[in-house]
Amino acid sequence: MSGASKAEAVLEVRNLKTVFFTNSGLFRAVDDVSFSVRRGETLAIVGESGCGKSVTALSVMRLVPDPPGKIVGGEIILEGKNLLALDDEAMRKIRGNRISMIFQEPMTSLNPVMRIGDQITEALRLHQDISGKDAWKQAVDMLRLVRIPEPERRAQEYPHQLSGGMRQRAMIAMALACRPTLLIADEPTTALDVTIQAQILALMVDLQKKLGTGLILITHDLGVVAQTAQRVIVMYAGRKVEEASVEALFENPLHPYTRGLMASIPAVPSLDAKADARLVEIPGMVPSLTKLPTGCAFAPRCRFAVPRCREEYPPLGDFGGRHLAACWRAGEMAEAS
Amino acid sequence: MLAYIVRRLFLMLVTLFGISVIIFVLLRIVPGNIVDILFDAAGYVDPADKANLEKELGLSDPIVVQYLKWIGGLLHGDLGYSYVSEKSALQEILPRIPITAKLAGLALLFSASIGIPLGVLSAVHQGTRLDYALRVVSLSGLSLPSFWLGLLILMASVSMLGWMPIFNPNPQTWAEAFAIYCIPAMAVGFRSAALTMRITRSSMLEILRQDYIRTARAKGASESSVNYHHALKNAVLPVITVIGIEAAFLIGGLIVTETVFNIPGVARFLVEALRWRDYPIVQNLVMLIAVVVVVVNFAVDMLYAAIDPRIRYGD
Repeated sequence: MSGASKAEAVLEVRNLKTVFFTNSGLFRAVDDVSFSVRRGETLAIVGESGCGKSVTALSVMRLVPDPPGKIVGGEIILEGKNLLALDDEAMRKIRGNRISMIFQEPMTSLNPVMRIGDQITEALRLHQDISGKDAWKQAVDMLRLVRIPEPERRAQEYPHQLSGGMRQRAMIAMALACRPTLLIADEPTTALDVTIQAQILALMVDLQKKLGTGLILITHDLGVVAQTAQRVIVMYAGRKVEEASVEALFENPLHPYTRGLMASIPAVPSLDAKADARLVEIPGMVPSLTKLPTGCAFAPRCRFAVPRCREEYPPLGDFGGRHLAACWRAGEMAEAS
Repeated sequence: MLAYIVRRLFLMLVTLFGISVIIFVLLRIVPGNIVDILFDAAGYVDPADKANLEKELGLSDPIVVQYLKWIGGLLHGDLGYSYVSEKSALQEILPRIPITAKLAGLALLFSASIGIPLGVLSAVHQGTRLDYALRVVSLSGLSLPSFWLGLLILMASVSMLGWMPIFNPNPQTWAEAFAIYCIPAMAVGFRSAALTMRITRSSMLEILRQDYIRTARAKGASESSVNYHHALKNAVLPVITVIGIEAAFLIGGLIVTETVFNIPGVARFLVEALRWRDYPIVQNLVMLIAVVVVVVNFAVDMLYAAIDPRIRYGD
């Protein structure tokens, strides 16, 4: 990584390791994951359920439930400060202020017995020295910014009086109220219907540009990635298996898992398509994180696997232009394309 | 909302009417009336005298007539006369109400102010020694009958302090007032406190797993704000229900506690009146308790709507 891009990075995660201690043993939810996010940049983290995307996000917020979870290694550097070295009080001052998070379920992520305005006001008053009246005014302004009609009235309402899309807008308003440098959105549109999804994504990208916020977008939807992100990391079984710019990834995916993900995107059927055309899927199941194979975790499901894949875990290699992949055969794939 | 309240008030009247019939009939089903008891005690029975006395007390009237007389009087504020003291029932009951009300109020206050914070503490520190210790205490609270706890407290204060709280209607010092009211209130409220704690704990445990608790943490809220401001406000609804039900059950606990501590309240008076089949006192007292229960129930429902904006009546 060049010195210039390092200086712009708002977040740098180095060799993050988060484990969970459970009855069936220890499992590495996030294993040696590194990435960085620059000012105004969108980094997408993609992968199947249980691949460690959400735990990565919660680790950055230091909100991994402990017990059973624990961050056991690495560094999380936000604007030059290592978050893992901060005490709880200092970390609280960062949460909601410098880093904010939006969650998947707008229906359940807002407190049902607090007015929308009060929930936004709370975020402001926790981190800024302002009067209740000013905070309320700012909260209404934030609701206007996320394009909620009649923000004065909506601020007085309770979450159950808002639709799902509205609630997610309110969540965004709350998350951005203190103008954080980094916003983490964990599947922000998954629970919404398609038309609302597009609106919410457009809103997030627009606000991100306006406010210069770095964005980590966690999703399993490659369509969303293509529309919004500049860089992508693909995770599988707790590890980063590929990282590239969006263009490079879609043009030339190097890891067989990434290829599998792309092949499983259902295409819009053309008129002459056969009605019974099967959807492509990746065979097999995500391995249990407590019983990971010795070699590459994807090898049992991989069409391209060779004996070495089952014996040794492939290191992340750079295949040109910061296109990283952890696959013994990525070199061949790169050449073939 | 107004229409709902009017409907509820009407339903309350219907309920109270039903209760009045049940009390009245049950009392007459119980064998023996005050005349039987008096004549049995005297060991002499002249059927004519007995019939005269029964007629004088109105006990020989048909049961429907007796009921209508009682209800008619009740509607005019005339509660009848105690068969035992021959004073008006109102005069007998009225001065005892504040005593029992103080005891019951203190017991509820005790159960809420001890049970809710300890329940939160227990939930927040789930699985720690503190949690286990608190759960043992609450289990003991549920298993100790209040009369036995009352007796233990009395015995302990006599053997350790050489002193015990004796009821005095006009306590001279704060310490005396505390001993007279608070000790019995704690004895009877311990059970409710334990129950309140358990309900608060389980309700909090469920709420603390909710997504919006994670949102509050992500906002940078402190742990105490997360627990008391965000979680407790959501967790308190079932707790209120339990405290409401306990308010009704408390009367039962107070009967024994007032007896153990020798407090001249309503609850002990009810038992005495029942022993003499003093119908006017028993009927009116049970009616009074029924009114309290019905009103508390209504108040709990109104409190629900005040706390949880999702609950709206009659929309």
